[in-house]
Amino acid sequence: MSWHVAEQPLIFARDLVKRFGDFTAVKGIDVEVAPGEAFGFLGPNGAGKSSTMRMISCVSAPTSGELRILGMDPVRDGTRIRARLGVCPQLDNLDPDLSVRENLTTYARYFGLSRAEGRRRADELLEFVQLSDRAGSMVEPLSGGMKRRLTIARAMINEPDIVLLDEPTTGLDPQARHLLWERLFRLKQRGTTLVLTTHYMDEAEQLCDRLVVMDGGKIVAEGSPRSLIETYSTAEVVELRFPDGLDSNADYAAKLDGIGERVDPLPDRVLLYADDGDAAVAAVHGRGLVPSSVLVRRATLEDVFLHLTGRTLVD
Amino acid sequence: MAMGTVHPSIAVLERHLTLYRRLWRASVFSSFVLPVLFVISMGMGVGGYIGSVQGVDYLSWIVPGVVASTAFQMAVGESTYSVLGDFKWVRAYHAMRATPVRPDDIVTGHLLYLLFRVTTAVLAFLLVVLFFDALHSPWAVTIPLVCALLTVATAAPVMAFAASIEHDSHFALLFRFVMIPAALFSGVFFPIEQLPALVRPVAYVSPLWHSVELCRSATLGIAPPWPIAAHVGCLLLWALAGTAMAAYRFRRRLED
Repeated sequence: MSWHVAEQPLIFARDLVKRFGDFTAVKGIDVEVAPGEAFGFLGPNGAGKSSTMRMISCVSAPTSGELRILGMDPVRDGTRIRARLGVCPQLDNLDPDLSVRENLTTYARYFGLSRAEGRRRADELLEFVQLSDRAGSMVEPLSGGMKRRLTIARAMINEPDIVLLDEPTTGLDPQARHLLWERLFRLKQRGTTLVLTTHYMDEAEQLCDRLVVMDGGKIVAEGSPRSLIETYSTAEVVELRFPDGLDSNADYAAKLDGIGERVDPLPDRVLLYADDGDAAVAAVHGRGLVPSSVLVRRATLEDVFLHLTGRTLVD
Repeated sequence: MAMGTVHPSIAVLERHLTLYRRLWRASVFSSFVLPVLFVISMGMGVGGYIGSVQGVDYLSWIVPGVVASTAFQMAVGESTYSVLGDFKWVRAYHAMRATPVRPDDIVTGHLLYLLFRVTTAVLAFLLVVLFFDALHSPWAVTIPLVCALLTVATAAPVMAFAASIEHDSHFALLFRFVMIPAALFSGVFFPIEQLPALVRPVAYVSPLWHSVELCRSATLGIAPPWPIAAHVGCLLLWALAGTAMAAYRFRRRLED
């Protein structure tokens, strides 16, 4: 039991393991999330993000290791912890035969709120997620983005200490994603602790103060989006396409060797990691190579991600 | 557990009632009108040929059977697709699981909802048959209690079954090999003494038979074939074992 309440992490995991039969989904991870933080689990499908989230949301018991949520043990105090969590699951589980508003008022009752309080919060949250004009309509005709916003509103009904979002914008169109990010950013500004999983790099960069990259059930990197880019990538990336590319990109990569810090031949283009992109391009031309297109851009989390978790497709 | 102003199982019941408020008109026919039509056609139509069974007119004899079998069918019907659906398609149970609602509360809330549905249907039915002069004893007031017990005794094990299957085609097996034989061989339409001795045990294990006999003894003011405590005991056994099984199955399924 820690007596430093102010410094106590809301989520604390040490050597956390989750096994399903012979399969080990989470292979001993350490995580700490501080109050007010926006924390992300980044990783390809099957990295163990969702299994970790399910343990944090107290619906799946850890196989071994230590896990404390809000200073409590999820196995013993699961009900008390869940009363203070807001969960936005990956698969929508709204009640399609209830109205938008009823979805919130019904959910409020699960937390023991009075009917009047449930109605008050429902109206306030519908305002917040910009669904007030749909309050009386059924859930089924709503768009994917509206449903997700409603799910987030529902996750907020108990004024939770931590909001858990599992792939919050998967399957949404760009407009819907940006609206959702903007709303989540507001939540963050209010001081709500956000924990999310995502495989979208832009989402992680937009929302997370700090994140861990998971791969194969383990944490392979940890830090702020910026610090991860600084640690695992160069400041800039040059994307080169060659007219006769495709099969000969590996040959080009050999010819580019020594320019920048690292050369990564892809089927359709060659990536050149360098702190000064323009200087690298000059060096390419200096070697007499004539790419058909050149793009110099800042390194993103995606570069870090692909570097750390590899380019092999995981289904 | 001081969680707030309402017990989680009541909150679950409220969700069912909110849903039912949109559907109740559709259910009026199957739960009120149909059993009454049934009594009229079987009791008066078939009864006209049969005359009396065990010393009473066939209508009076069949009424307690029909009321119990209405409760039975309602308990089964509302515990199959809707339960599997809330696991698989709607995922409402997963939504509840993310809150202070525990799997036991989900089971209890569902059973409370069924008790409401069955009790209202039984009361309406009793009111109608009162005018057919089919209730011959003041003990008939115990029928809602018997039907409540039957509801839990039936719905709980069916919920446990629904919570342990992956595909709704399994319900066909349940209907074919459990529900239909139970409905036919539980003394609803004829005394089970008419059954070959080999088939009679089907009735003895069926919760429906025990409640049919209890209801019949209540409307006719006669003693049931077994001691009342034995009939009630069998129903209680089904109810308790079924509820424990359902709670276990719900916990397992929402855990993984």
